Amino acid sequence: MATTETMTLNMGPQHPSTHGVLRLVLELDGEVIVKITPHIGYLHRGIEKLSEHRTYHQILPLTDRLDYLAPMSNNLGYIVAVEKLMAVEVPERAETIRIIMAELTRLESHLVWIACHALDIGAMTVFIYAFRERETVMEIYELISGARMTSNFFRVGGLSQDVPEEFVKKVGDFVDAMPGYLDQYEGLLTTNPIWVKRTVGNGVISAEDAVDIGLTGPALRGSGVDWDLRRDNPYSGYDKYQFKVPVGENCDTYDRYKVRLIEMREACKIVRQALDRLKPGPVLADCPQVCYPPKENVYNSIEGLIHHFKIASEGFPAPVGEVYQGVEAPKGELGFYIVSDGGNKPYRLRIRPPSFVNLQAIEKMCLGSMVADLVAVIGTLDIVLGEIDR
Amino acid sequence: MAENNRAVLKLKEKFAASIIDVVEFRGEVTVTVAKDSIIDILSFLKLSLQYNLLTDLTAIDYLGKKEDRFMMVYLLCSIPNKDRLRIKTPVSEADCRIPSATQVWGTANWLEREVFDLFGVTFDEHPDLRRILMTDDWVGHPLRKDYPLQGPDREPYKGRLS
Repeated sequence: MATTETMTLNMGPQHPSTHGVLRLVLELDGEVIVKITPHIGYLHRGIEKLSEHRTYHQILPLTDRLDYLAPMSNNLGYIVAVEKLMAVEVPERAETIRIIMAELTRLESHLVWIACHALDIGAMTVFIYAFRERETVMEIYELISGARMTSNFFRVGGLSQDVPEEFVKKVGDFVDAMPGYLDQYEGLLTTNPIWVKRTVGNGVISAEDAVDIGLTGPALRGSGVDWDLRRDNPYSGYDKYQFKVPVGENCDTYDRYKVRLIEMREACKIVRQALDRLKPGPVLADCPQVCYPPKENVYNSIEGLIHHFKIASEGFPAPVGEVYQGVEAPKGELGFYIVSDGGNKPYRLRIRPPSFVNLQAIEKMCLGSMVADLVAVIGTLDIVLGEIDR
Repeated sequence: MAENNRAVLKLKEKFAASIIDVVEFRGEVTVTVAKDSIIDILSFLKLSLQYNLLTDLTAIDYLGKKEDRFMMVYLLCSIPNKDRLRIKTPVSEADCRIPSATQVWGTANWLEREVFDLFGVTFDEHPDLRRILMTDDWVGHPLRKDYPLQGPDREPYKGRLS
């Protein structure tokens, strides 16, 4: 009798298909995975610790660096949590622009997902196409905030500034053209025999297991659980918009692919509705204890300058208490849990990262499958290490 | 109101002796309970009241502010009922351990590893209690309040000089 033994294979932290610095130690029986040990933390920057030493306004730029493929979704989650703590009412125009940007960010993040996921499975054309469209979203980012990725555009109480005139046309053109591009991707993938063979029946996780392991976002909906925070726990005025929440049936990578594609089409519809609702008005709440003053006051009046100096240097004291706010980020539920002791800095700021919790499911989804299927599962989980390691 | 919350009513009925405090702030209900019955309470909430999703599990360090140094926080979410509940339980520094919630939710595995790593709270009966974000040979627990922001071997930051 020949004896067999398992082999240990190290994958990452420098590996093109791990989407960042993720290291997986695999135990293989032939090519079949019998054990996966993920190692994370290579990108740990201590954002939660840093936040305890910064005022509420100063934490905002740190949130850009969590899920760096969806900066404005992170900004939104943090800002909505602080506004809940401070009980600040946001003007409607600011809220509408926030929703436009959050949905464009969802498109941007999903475009990177489809690009990298397809590239990992060997479909390079989609990668080039999706990055072409992502460029347009980044141009919109640059147009309104001056930065392509670390936007830092939202403010507690509203926005840092109003959007320029060409914004509406540029966003409108993009969301009108986007469904056509999505048709192109679908033409390349949906019935492509290689794509279907690689994704159908891959990375199956039942609805019960998905909830037990804490999956959220498209990964949870792909398993047939109808749960979307934008509809079920609305924040930032999402209850005023009509959109469908797609749900999968077969709990596999192919269904998660379909769910995300429908989500992108729905995101275009939400942006269109928001553009129609966009009315002129203030973009910052009238709440001088908390918000920065408008820039023209800072430059032209001594009171404005003093006001700006006070908010920038001291920040504002928050009431004693604790709040949690979860938002539907492109990857899942992104939550900010703020504990305030009455000071101008959070006593504790906890970030609930969707990718961190979702990555936990990798073992359940991959045991007994081949190494090549693991690559597809990493793609379908859509993880970002900046958010996992914080 | 917090008193009329469906979970609070049931918990008061069943675990009256274990409930330390019930607070409502900005529409969010927080129930503080004793550490001894934490797993019973969490299982009851999951099985009988449909809090099926453990959104988050974390800790707070109240060094010098409260009698018991650490506060464990469990953020529960009910998908069928679309509501949330926060359960907290104090953990003292002298007896810095708590039963693991992995037996109730699989999610707790990595989240508890993170609390173990960054706060140094030990979880009994955890299947795989190792550091997760810091390296295995790291000394100290970075999110504790007595851990310096700049790291262990550097002068503490005293603010900008200019």
